[in-house]
Amino acid sequence: MARYLLIESGGPWESGTTAGFYRLAQDLAGQGHEVTVYLVQNGVLAARAGAREVGLADVAAHARVFADDFSLRERGIAVRDLRASILPAGIEAVADMLADGVRAIWH
Amino acid sequence: MATVTIGLMDPPYESANTVTGFRIIDAALRKGHHVNVFLYEGAVALGFAEQKPHANPVKGKSVEEFDHPNPKDWVHALFELAATRGVELDWVNCGLCVDERGVDKQVEGARRGSPADFWKLAEAADGLLFIPTR
Repeated sequence: MARYLLIESGGPWESGTTAGFYRLAQDLAGQGHEVTVYLVQNGVLAARAGAREVGLADVAAHARVFADDFSLRERGIAVRDLRASILPAGIEAVADMLADGVRAIWH
Repeated sequence: MATVTIGLMDPPYESANTVTGFRIIDAALRKGHHVNVFLYEGAVALGFAEQKPHANPVKGKSVEEFDHPNPKDWVHALFELAATRGVELDWVNCGLCVDERGVDKQVEGARRGSPADFWKLAEAADGLLFIPTR
């Protein structure tokens, strides 16, 4: 089984392709792969507990989901306002995973 | 110590992707990894040496007051960081993309290459991330 890092830079309200990217994460996890989703830029908007659910909760049920701390601060989103299943992380986490040979996909 | 290859496509001042890409490069260098960066299409202008800061008359700010950032300075800072950490930063511009845009005067350390170089850099890396334009 492979390890995947899926980086989502857009919100699900910008493009329908984000929902497709969420499904890709779920499908990979469903096939037994180790999947990490890293939300960055407007991608973190869907991580808010009060945001309308558009598929991210299903992703978080099957994969690790991180929200970029810098992107959160830029948008005034406090860590306490994140969904319980989503953790804040620094961009160092991406560098670590890349250095460790993860298969990375940007969307 | 690993080698990470990052691909960038967005031109300066257009996309938050550039900032995120630079942050990942910075983090990898700080972690002590070698980093290859392949610049394609508009991203080759990131290291254009003739970028100039400007005033902002709308806000009544002089050049010094506005302190407008130029990506060439960020590229230069990444080279300095790599030297400080004792790791390698290979900054490779798509040569045809450079010619098309007339941005051949680049910051010190940047070099000219081709998509074939990107293939080689990707093959040689422990990790690869390509950040495309939308």
